[in-house]
Amino acid sequence: MEWEVVIGLEIHVQLTTKSKIFSGSSTAFGADANTQASAVDLAMPGTLPVLNEQAVKNAILFGLAINADICRDSVFDRKNYFYPDLPKGYQTTQMDFPIVGPGIVEITLSDGSTRSVRVHHAHLEEDAGKSLHEDYQGMSGIDLNRAGTPLIEIVSEPDMRSAEEAVAYLRKIHSIVTYLGISDGDMSQGSLRCDANVSIRPKGQEEYGTRAELKNINSFRFVERAIKTEVLRQIELIEDGGKVKQETRLYDSDKNETRPMRSKEEANDYRYFPCPDLLPVHVEQSLIDELLAGMPELPDAKRQRFESDFGLSAYDAYLLTGERAVADYFEVAANSAGDAKLAANWVNGELSASLNRDNLSINASPVSAEQLGGLIQRIRDNSISGKIAKQVFDALWNKEGDSADAIIDSKGLKQVSDSGALGAMVDEVLAANPEQVEQFRAADEGKRKKMLGFFVGQIMKASKGQANPGVINKLLNEKLGG
Amino acid sequence: MSLDQNDIAKLARLARINIAETETAELSERIGDILNMVDAMQAVDTANVVAMANPHDAIQRLRADEVTESNHREKFQQIAPQTADGLYLVPQVIE
Repeated sequence: MEWEVVIGLEIHVQLTTKSKIFSGSSTAFGADANTQASAVDLAMPGTLPVLNEQAVKNAILFGLAINADICRDSVFDRKNYFYPDLPKGYQTTQMDFPIVGPGIVEITLSDGSTRSVRVHHAHLEEDAGKSLHEDYQGMSGIDLNRAGTPLIEIVSEPDMRSAEEAVAYLRKIHSIVTYLGISDGDMSQGSLRCDANVSIRPKGQEEYGTRAELKNINSFRFVERAIKTEVLRQIELIEDGGKVKQETRLYDSDKNETRPMRSKEEANDYRYFPCPDLLPVHVEQSLIDELLAGMPELPDAKRQRFESDFGLSAYDAYLLTGERAVADYFEVAANSAGDAKLAANWVNGELSASLNRDNLSINASPVSAEQLGGLIQRIRDNSISGKIAKQVFDALWNKEGDSADAIIDSKGLKQVSDSGALGAMVDEVLAANPEQVEQFRAADEGKRKKMLGFFVGQIMKASKGQANPGVINKLLNEKLGG
Repeated sequence: MSLDQNDIAKLARLARINIAETETAELSERIGDILNMVDAMQAVDTANVVAMANPHDAIQRLRADEVTESNHREKFQQIAPQTADGLYLVPQVIE
């Protein structure tokens, strides 16, 4: 039987506010345990939450970016459950009147095709603390620094039909929130977390199958692998006559398998009700207008601009605009180089490969955008060949000089275009290879072209790659023709 | 609508309230009375009434995004039953 995969994602995004959503505690990452947990965060009796204005603005910005309706009077609710890292015994979240209503996210797949994924809604809520289960014989350690960190939870419709689409959607959300500057999007630190609802149904069937929820998948790569693994599990299960159970499963990246979480039968009875400690959040049109006016250029608009203004291919523009930091780097490099296509090749090629190799983000690149621009200028004016440029790039990467010019000077890498000096080199190579010269002169026009390559290669070797190929070709034709 | 004793036991477990078996019959009756009142209220036509999130005719005041709290961990942890390395210790929550 042919199966269709149905995927919906719930993405939790930590917002980059200085303070928590309901208290004035710092949200800085990496502080000593519980040093950023105030009386409000600890749910001490008598404390009351006061909503952080910036968290509200960040949520609205996201809504505007996906063309969603902004709920003008949204309401906070209590989601009740007991867990030690949730001191109040409930999570303050939004249920019936979330701040961001239905919206649309456009995704691009690897074959260049695009699809729309509907966002059901996005709501504001607080993060829980962290539980540490090792090291405390029979006890769990609780760190409440993270408790109360503002989150938006972005809930998609079940619109994705493959793991690839799910990853493309997650990347797009990552791209939007980082472009907006409302989150650092760092999945390794839990700033962006993803749960996937996965089900399968016979192709052509309208009705959805029973879904399993995959929890807390913490990298783009694992999202794809976790979903693929779960889909295979469900297909095998059903084809063997079994039934998918609605349950929460954890993805184990070491074993590449999903397995059921310990079932907490009663835990799903959250008994939501409006939070009496918080009044409805009213959003004025003037605030929406103000946020719209200050909205940065978003990935789709930037991609179109890179194509039209810089003449880049759709693929290059797509690669360059996925991350705002990469797009910013490229723009500086392209303007400084004066050649956008070369700059795109270098950023997507050599730079991206070097960053991957050394596991660095572009913000930590040892070669600045201005330095790369300077290097490309020297390729453009024929001071160096593409091959030498790679050497110069590596030298810049290793901090052997402050600029391409300095490295070209100190290493003597400048391309030799002087026909006097190159003429001598050509003469030497011809004198050392009399047989090939004779064969060349005896050959017809068609073969000569191929044979010329041999001499060019010898001269490039003799010049350590610094000879200007155009000048060599010209000299060789003169000297061999005679 | 009425609740049987199993419903009472489940609610008690969800709310982490310790209720003796001898109390459930009486509680079931009393909660049943409240639910009967709710049933009576269902008769009111609320088709055009917006659900009320809060009885006050007011909107949420917002706070500027500033760090105003400092570290009082030592003070807070004095009343915790058990701590280690700055963490609050609780009975293990996973097996």
